[in-house]
Amino acid sequence: MKAKGKIIKFGKNIDTDVILPGKWLSLIDPKDLAKHAMEGLDPAFPEKAKKGVLVVGDRNFGCGSSREQAPLALKHAGVQCVIAESFARIFFRNSINIGLPVIECKGIANAVKDGDEVTVDLETGKITNITTNQSLQGTKLPPFIMEILMDGGLIENLRKKMNKK
Amino acid sequence: MNITEKILAKASGKSTVQPGDIVEANVNVVMVHDLTGPLAIEAFKKIGVNKVWDNKKAVIILDHQIPAESVKMAELHKMLRKFAKEQNIRLYDVGEGGICHQVMPEKGYVEPGAVIVGADSHTCTYGAFGAFATGIGSTEAAAVFATGKIWLKVPASIKFNVEGKFQKYVTPKDLILNIIGKVSVDGATYKSAEFTGATIRKMSIAGRMTLCNMAVEMGAKNGIVEPDEKTAEYLSSKISKTSDYGWLKSDAEAKYEKNIDVNVNDLEPQVACPNSVDNVKSISEVGNVEINQAFIGSCTNGRIEDLRVAAQILKGKKVKQGIRLLIIPASQEVYSQAIKEGLIEVFTDAGALVCGATCGPCLGGHIGLLASGEVCVSTSNRNFIGRMGSPEAEVYLASPATVAASALTGKLTDPRKLEA
Repeated sequence: MKAKGKIIKFGKNIDTDVILPGKWLSLIDPKDLAKHAMEGLDPAFPEKAKKGVLVVGDRNFGCGSSREQAPLALKHAGVQCVIAESFARIFFRNSINIGLPVIECKGIANAVKDGDEVTVDLETGKITNITTNQSLQGTKLPPFIMEILMDGGLIENLRKKMNKK
Repeated sequence: MNITEKILAKASGKSTVQPGDIVEANVNVVMVHDLTGPLAIEAFKKIGVNKVWDNKKAVIILDHQIPAESVKMAELHKMLRKFAKEQNIRLYDVGEGGICHQVMPEKGYVEPGAVIVGADSHTCTYGAFGAFATGIGSTEAAAVFATGKIWLKVPASIKFNVEGKFQKYVTPKDLILNIIGKVSVDGATYKSAEFTGATIRKMSIAGRMTLCNMAVEMGAKNGIVEPDEKTAEYLSSKISKTSDYGWLKSDAEAKYEKNIDVNVNDLEPQVACPNSVDNVKSISEVGNVEINQAFIGSCTNGRIEDLRVAAQILKGKKVKQGIRLLIIPASQEVYSQAIKEGLIEVFTDAGALVCGATCGPCLGGHIGLLASGEVCVSTSNRNFIGRMGSPEAEVYLASPATVAASALTGKLTDPRKLEA
């Protein structure tokens, strides 16, 4: 499983209130949520992300509220993968559960800048900055989490398992 | 093992676990609310099972945007009611309950030793009762609806040993803000935060709830306090027959990744300044901060104990002209109690607006949003950019005493210095 795209970079402690402000939580359709992705920091984000991008964050990406609408908005805005120095735990679980690849990588915040072309290999955890020809090693996800991502999310994964029984 | 490890071992049928182990735990209660429930229901319907695994162990609470402020929300509430009826799940509707984290213990869903997951990040509040409780997302709640199980990584634990006596008008909120200021907003990420020591043993259940509630603001997976006679006393009025989850306590030789000692003797009222919960200062250091709005309420500080402190400060006084004070009891039960004790009259006489139990301005959903350039001092738990309305507004977090005092003066005020 691989992701590729240009980088849009954010800072430390990016909380779910800026990723998807509370006033939009009554929206249900992911396409509607996507229109407000990262609205708290950059209202032009959905336009920039449309063609498929990778988001890079510093420490504690996705802290705050448990709203799954935050990773949903990013995914449907065109984000292929989120790479961060570290994640808040609910955001991390939510992303995997809705099928948005996330990977922790020490040193990523200093290794990329906006617009760099980057590839991520989720199986090996290898992250390559094509623009600067630099590679970093992210934290590999355990096999059962990779399986959820490969299935496209927890619901698909669960449905598959339940059908087997 | 410590209390968190013991609960997770028991819930997953193991004799022992250690930090880093991944366990599949049986869930005792799962909760969703009006902003996370609709997505959970949509996900549940896709799984392909007809019924939730145990209808007595699932709870739906309408709280974030009640009564419905828009047609969109009204439709979501309608959808939740329909699902609850189909599944025979208890739904606490407008006027019955209030903020989920207050209603859950009030209605007897929280017990020591239980594993409770909720589609809300502040689910960690129930650790105040010696339960393992943590926040999850909507899709994961749907999976729990279907299976009654969840995978969890056993967290490493940080022990906060709290000693000393609070000064008057210095409260558990000031303690937890002080702790978050020290360890930072990701200082306990993925970890368990266990609160112990003489101060915690003397602390009310309400105070313990405030501490555990904000554990997530330092990234913690759960906050927890060992159950004791105070827990038993609270539960005896709520639950007729308790379950057999076990009143677990940490062993004397239990392992902690870190031990942090805190003494509250000299603790001043604390304020978390914009826009981060760890941007904490003592009230004497914040300088002159003029406010437009003051808010007392939320799952952090909307309990009867919080309203009593606020009433003590507001009694016979008036909110400063031009300042708006919103007071929102955390639940219908708290509201009724406040009426009986005459607190609501104190508030309305002071010029405060008292609203029905809801999350209200805390998350900027409805009631009391801020315009650009405005400043609010709030008893809630987050001061992120745009949290309470305009991204150009600012939120300062403080205790009910500090917020009440500030509403009287129109600027951030030390409640200890107000009394003439």
